Amino acid sequence: MGNANLLQMSGISKSFSGVKALHEAEFAVRGGEIHALLGANGAGKSTLMKILSGAYEADEGSIRIEGREIGMRSPADAKAAGVHCVYQEVDTSLVPQLSVAENIFLDRIASKKTGAWLNWGNLYAEAEKLLAELGLSIPVRKKIEELTLAEKQMVLIARVMVEEAKIVIFDEPTAPLSTEETEHLFRIMDKLKASGIGIVFISHRLHEVFRISDTITVMRDGRMILTEPASRLETSDVIHAMLGRSLEDEYPKIETTIGETVLSVKDLALGKRVRGVDLEVRRGEIVAVVGLVGAGKTELSRLLFGADVAERGTVEVAGKRSDLGSPTGAIESGIVLVPEERRKEGILVKESVLHNLSLPILRQISSWGFLSGSREKGNASGVIERLGIKTPSAGQLTGYLSGGNQQKVAIGKWLNTNADVFVFDEPTKGVDVGAKRDIFVIIGELAAQGKGILYLTCEFAEALGLADRILVMCDGRIVKQFLRGEATQENLLYFASAGQEEPA
Amino acid sequence: MKNKLMQFSFKYGALIFIGVILLFFSLYNEFFFTYGNLTDILRSISIVTFIAIGVTISLTVDGFDLSVGSTVSLSTVVTATMMVWFEMPLVVVLVVPLVVGALVGLLNSLLIVKIRIPDLLATLAVMYIISGVHKTYTKGYAIYSHMQRTDGTKAPGEMYKDFLWIGQGKLLGIPFPVILMVIAVVAVHLFFKYTRWGRQMIMTGGNEEAARLSGLRVKRVRTYAYIASGVLASIGGILFAARVGSGQIDAGAPLLMEAVAAVFVGYSVLGAGRPNVIGTFVGAVLIGVLVNGLTMLHVEYYVNDIVKGAVLVLALAVTFINMHRKRT
Repeated sequence: MGNANLLQMSGISKSFSGVKALHEAEFAVRGGEIHALLGANGAGKSTLMKILSGAYEADEGSIRIEGREIGMRSPADAKAAGVHCVYQEVDTSLVPQLSVAENIFLDRIASKKTGAWLNWGNLYAEAEKLLAELGLSIPVRKKIEELTLAEKQMVLIARVMVEEAKIVIFDEPTAPLSTEETEHLFRIMDKLKASGIGIVFISHRLHEVFRISDTITVMRDGRMILTEPASRLETSDVIHAMLGRSLEDEYPKIETTIGETVLSVKDLALGKRVRGVDLEVRRGEIVAVVGLVGAGKTELSRLLFGADVAERGTVEVAGKRSDLGSPTGAIESGIVLVPEERRKEGILVKESVLHNLSLPILRQISSWGFLSGSREKGNASGVIERLGIKTPSAGQLTGYLSGGNQQKVAIGKWLNTNADVFVFDEPTKGVDVGAKRDIFVIIGELAAQGKGILYLTCEFAEALGLADRILVMCDGRIVKQFLRGEATQENLLYFASAGQEEPA
Repeated sequence: MKNKLMQFSFKYGALIFIGVILLFFSLYNEFFFTYGNLTDILRSISIVTFIAIGVTISLTVDGFDLSVGSTVSLSTVVTATMMVWFEMPLVVVLVVPLVVGALVGLLNSLLIVKIRIPDLLATLAVMYIISGVHKTYTKGYAIYSHMQRTDGTKAPGEMYKDFLWIGQGKLLGIPFPVILMVIAVVAVHLFFKYTRWGRQMIMTGGNEEAARLSGLRVKRVRTYAYIASGVLASIGGILFAARVGSGQIDAGAPLLMEAVAAVFVGYSVLGAGRPNVIGTFVGAVLIGVLVNGLTMLHVEYYVNDIVKGAVLVLALAVTFINMHRKRT
């Protein structure tokens, strides 16, 4: 089918200020295959892909495409050689005010090869044909800003097709997508593959990797650990290769005694996303709220925390009515939130770990308005040790930590606030397998201390593995409740999508 | 190698630049590096330093305050009229302009924090409003002792001696405004480093949403920052009136530029990359030294604006080049 030697990267090394990020990495992609590139955060996969796409220059090594050696010095070189990327942040690559067709043919319109006049009729017709080939029904005259995130991603893929890509890198493309959207994306990836394109697929979701990939390569500490056909591997092999140790139990569940009700929510509502939610969480209980993307989970978490102000409804923590006017009020009444948008909302990336961890407890660690340096440091070192945050020092800028460790900081800042209820919104997003397990352990320990945990996620497997009770949210409402052991992936998906009038 | 050089120059560039300029002027003119001239320089920058500290505080919460210049003008004439027109006791003379400065800050925060007008636009508008207010208040005349009034009478009061001492007097051989300036720089530095409120301002400026979701009352914090900025500008105005012994129209207008330049020079002092009061002070010194030295070189005063503008551009260039370098 495809070219056996489409891409050959050999002996690639790269150092950043003396630290080796890649040690003579070897990576090959055949035409017409989907090649998954896996590794924990910091394993070197993004560095390798940035070298392939021309964003970084390798210190050593060669890149051959179809047997020809290519000097990758800039993204333009990579594009000329037929290497394209579909990033998670699709918005940076598209022009929101232009139409779908204009975006698809953006490079052609911008290039000098076309004459001064554009034949719009042809352009639209061509765009329609292309989208139809991909099995898409996006109106070509629609503006990009009116599209959903998944549709934008599709437009980006169509553009890649136009530019005659040989190799397409998908960097965590499924992270923002719902289950159906992901399936759709996979069908398109299969089509690209059938046309002889070599695909590099990066994802933290192993079940997706096994579902779609032909070959799997695992990296760790800047080296290639294994490259095997996917059919010959098991999930446990991959995790073992990624971590360098085996992971006995992906979802550690600590047995706890469940106490009295600590959080009680009645008829909470705002707009169309949260339409009257009732729920209860008891001490020591982990309650998962699952739902597809757009079901209103994030909006619900923000209402509980006072980040947005509810239209109606009440929230009681340990029997006391809590103030929903602001996060300050929510924190005082004992609710804290670990938000989904970690880097924008959970932590301050340009501040030190030390300052991040003390932010909610500034009053506790100061007397007469003066901060106590020793109390602040004591708090930080305690939290760092307890959560196993990997940082060279408490003074390190939080933005330099890996995703998992940033998440631990976002959780850690609440540990000494005496909160009763912890709300987690997609806490494992963009977090590697090892750190994911750490986060599950932390959540379990919090529950064991008698905190109430509300865990909002679109990863059904996590809810099944962790929760004592699962609530299914659909279209702004809680539509179904399952006790631990009652639910399966299938019936969760069934209830999560049932309320939708128009399945996408 | 190139990288290290960049890092070094970002960290120490501003300090080395000041050193080189000091050395140059000292060699060029024997009177430059004398106690008298150096204290002169410090006295000349004391007013702009107060204003620049205000700008530093508003920038710390990620808000720009363009209105500080006209706040200086307003507080200068208010201070002078308190004595010349109304013959108020000294306490009132000092407190009223501070209240006026706080009110301007409150107006700014109302527009920016409550109504959510972008900071530059809101304070630009307020800058013109306050500028108009201070001219309307004095009917466009400068305020001086026993001034002639429009109705033909003479104003009853004069600028108090005690008041003028604030701007012109010396304590232990050091000009009093210099002492005030040093106290203010140290106090604000300690405020940001060691107090809860200072930390709240820094964190709010770092990422307002993340700070809000960590429980800070960010609107309140930002409001306080703008009020502090207004009050510091009015202190600058009081010092100005005490220094020149009258209430000049538009006294503060040229000071905005100098203050902003000082703050951005401060960004690059020791590689801070963010507003910091020690850096601001260094920036004010740099500008003071340049202006003083150029005067000694007999460069005409109207060239000074070019020099100040160039210093601002240089400081901005260093800051932004470094910011983008970090990002990639």
